Amino acid sequence: MPLRTLLQADDVRRAITRMAHELVEHDPDADRLLLLGIPTRGAVLARRLAAEVARIAGREVPVGVLDVTLYRDDLGTQPTRATGRTDVPADVDGATVVLVDDVLFSGRTVRAALDAVTALGRPAVVRLAVLVDRGHRELPIRPDSVGRNLPSAKSERVRVLLTETDGRDEVTIE
Amino acid sequence: MSDHLLSTRDLSRDAAVALLDVAEDMADTQRRTVKKLPTLRGTTVVNLFFEDSTRTRISFEAAAKRLSADVITFSAKGSSVSKGESLQDTAQTLQAMGADGIVIRHQASGAAAVLATSGWTRAAVVNAGDGTHEHPTQALLDAFTIRKRRFGAGSRGRDLAGLDVVIVGDVLHSRVARSNVWLLTTLGATVRLVAPPTLLPTHIESWPVEAGTDLDAAIADGPDVVMMLRVQRERMTEAFFPSAREYAALYGLSAARADRLRADALVMHPGPMNRGLEIAGSVADSPRSTVLEQVENGIAVRMAVLYDVLAGERTA
Amino acid sequence: MTDLLIRGAERAGDGVRTDLRIVGDRVVEDGSLTARQGERVIDADGLVALTGFVDLHTHLREPGGEGAETVLSGSRAGAAGGFTVLHAMPNTEPVADTAGVVEQVAALGRAAGYVDVRPIGAVSKGRRGEELAELVTMARSRARVRMFSDDGSCVADPLLMRRALEYARIVDGVIAQHAEEPRLTRGAQLHEGAVSAELGLAGWPAVAEEAIIARDVLLAAEAGARLHVCHVSTAGSVELIRWAKRRGVRVTAEVTPHHLLLTDEAARGYDARFKVNPPLRTASDVEALRAALADGTIDVVATDHAPHSAEAKRSEWQTAAMGMVGLETAASVVQAAMVETGLLGWADVQRVLSTTPAEIGGDASRGALRPGDPADLVLVDPAARRVLASSDLVGRSTNSPYLGRDLPGRVVATLFRGTPTVLDGAVVELEPAGGDA
Repeated sequence: MPLRTLLQADDVRRAITRMAHELVEHDPDADRLLLLGIPTRGAVLARRLAAEVARIAGREVPVGVLDVTLYRDDLGTQPTRATGRTDVPADVDGATVVLVDDVLFSGRTVRAALDAVTALGRPAVVRLAVLVDRGHRELPIRPDSVGRNLPSAKSERVRVLLTETDGRDEVTIE
Repeated sequence: MSDHLLSTRDLSRDAAVALLDVAEDMADTQRRTVKKLPTLRGTTVVNLFFEDSTRTRISFEAAAKRLSADVITFSAKGSSVSKGESLQDTAQTLQAMGADGIVIRHQASGAAAVLATSGWTRAAVVNAGDGTHEHPTQALLDAFTIRKRRFGAGSRGRDLAGLDVVIVGDVLHSRVARSNVWLLTTLGATVRLVAPPTLLPTHIESWPVEAGTDLDAAIADGPDVVMMLRVQRERMTEAFFPSAREYAALYGLSAARADRLRADALVMHPGPMNRGLEIAGSVADSPRSTVLEQVENGIAVRMAVLYDVLAGERTA
Repeated sequence: MTDLLIRGAERAGDGVRTDLRIVGDRVVEDGSLTARQGERVIDADGLVALTGFVDLHTHLREPGGEGAETVLSGSRAGAAGGFTVLHAMPNTEPVADTAGVVEQVAALGRAAGYVDVRPIGAVSKGRRGEELAELVTMARSRARVRMFSDDGSCVADPLLMRRALEYARIVDGVIAQHAEEPRLTRGAQLHEGAVSAELGLAGWPAVAEEAIIARDVLLAAEAGARLHVCHVSTAGSVELIRWAKRRGVRVTAEVTPHHLLLTDEAARGYDARFKVNPPLRTASDVEALRAALADGTIDVVATDHAPHSAEAKRSEWQTAAMGMVGLETAASVVQAAMVETGLLGWADVQRVLSTTPAEIGGDASRGALRPGDPADLVLVDPAARRVLASSDLVGRSTNSPYLGRDLPGRVVATLFRGTPTVLDGAVVELEPAGGDA
């Protein structure tokens, strides 16, 4: 299948800004907001979102990394994955935790993330923000904030590229 | 990632660092409200202990349980079956019972390797100490402990380059010493063995270590770590050394010797300790001693090892 | 007995290509011969004809160890390897320390009919190393024992060894010593060296062998007696034997095929097929042993064929039995270690595997495959190669270190007193001789 670009750098930037606005609107006075990105690109997006939220709302938002490898349900079906560091800068108990990932697909990663976050404590609310929702959910999970809905065939491959990890911002499908 | 963990000899520097990094991640999870991870749900781990070792067994049990594996402990010691038959029979029984991983402790050197290559079982094999050969998870937890003390939160991704480690005591019969020699040197540390000549293996010219008989000289060189090995008292009757008193005088880490160590030097011991023989009680309880951290880190390291050999697809 | 014509073999002794006519148990004619009616013809083009091999060190296990080997099964394994004489070690159950047991073993050998089974008598009662066994009674029995050994155990007590050497002179017997100082090898598992240090296997020091050889050559010199050193395995042992021979001590020595080919490196996988007594040594020991066999310091190759049941070997190294089978592969291993390396020619192979061991064992009538000589012979195809499979092993046990290994040479035919025991590489089914022939 040919490689097509679905979002350009500007599209990505605008999507992140809009998601940040949505987060602030959703919880206008949430002083307990905690953004947790799922490695690798979810962690980058979380940092960008946090910066945008800070710009819009005029206050710093704690942002961390939530590695979900050890909570996955597909470990036995592929070579062992390297685990990553989890870095949570604020107390999870009572917080409004926003899980951030690049692509929402089957929902299994988010399920693992829900287990991982509840192992850390008892958040008041857990929300989900994703840059791309490509459909094909296998679990009853839906995002609270989406950069772009991109209907795709199940066999297609959607890739999010970000400057920090890939040298440029772009979303492609093939 | 690997199918088995049989020795530290065949671990590369990168693989060893990666394993220690996973252990860091595992250690982090053990500070969470919910310590239990679902990682190895549905996986059966058998602790097959042909030799008593309560500490190692409990540590592996805790590690497997924290990862949600089903754990079966099989103490074969004192079984009436002849030793040779029992390893094969037991392994085949465990295979029939659906063991995914076997943690084996055995009095015979090479037992873990024989189990892994015999075809008696398809399970992943983790060597929890085989005779006087190796005890790889002990060496990994020692390396982890050294790294953590030296580099703290900045431990991830680092090796032990530039550190001087002295290993003291019954190297000849020590699986801990062998595993540490390979692992610590692979990680860039310099290792010096100190023991009476009777307790040093002959023909270790090819080992990447220095060997000597003078503990005071080794301490005078200002090592970063002094690792004391347990001395079996029965070695005395086999003429390896004449008496506990003379051994302690020559090779015990007394308070006086510990005072001559650098302020930041670590004192390690794999346990169980003979206080007053190879290590003075006051030294074992001093802030430079890592004895209890070693026990604590053992769980995280064994979680990492079980994760490494069991979480992925089985290629065997 | 059918008459036989062997066509176009290279006679190892003189390197001459010749036909050989066999009538009864003798070679009757050589040169260029025409087949007679009713004569069986063996095409030996490209094959080497040697006098039948003589093993000074075979464990036939019977009586007592029939699960691993019997006199019959071991005889067949010997024939498959080109042997016509096997000296049977006495570490059986009961121990071959009396005339009754050695006569029984010899009779079983005659009944089997594949080789001449010559029992070795124990030096001490029960091989316990305490009291002398009845050496002369065994020598004068129908088994005509000339060699005595406590093999498997060392005659460690210097006084008993001295007395044995002295006493055996009555029958011009030879004491075959298993040189292993027991206190230095307690619990030993593998040659004490770099590999044992790394594998954590208790070391088996070379000095444990060398100390006994040093002592024994001095005792033999003092007694004017014959000493044979079993399975020499270290470079230091070679030096001691060389020194003793220069001094005129009546000492002979053997080396096993496996000590000529394998080293302690083979133990790295803890595969107990490589566990043997004495242990596999280092590459420099192997080199010294090869040189010593080539220059005559070591007189003969002896197999130390030591069959063990699969159960005895299929375990962790420490509990596994020591020993390897070796009859079927001896010639191939000697070819690989000594002929292919240019150290020995086929005439030398005949010397170290047949003529000299026969002399040490008390039999000087091997001949040289000339008219009038005994028709004990083996035809070897030196150009053949095979990856050894357990189906190539004829004895009851398959504890061979060479399984899966590519080896040169193949025994095509063996004749024992004129009777083919192996033809076309396969053991011939003989009619049981029916009791004590």
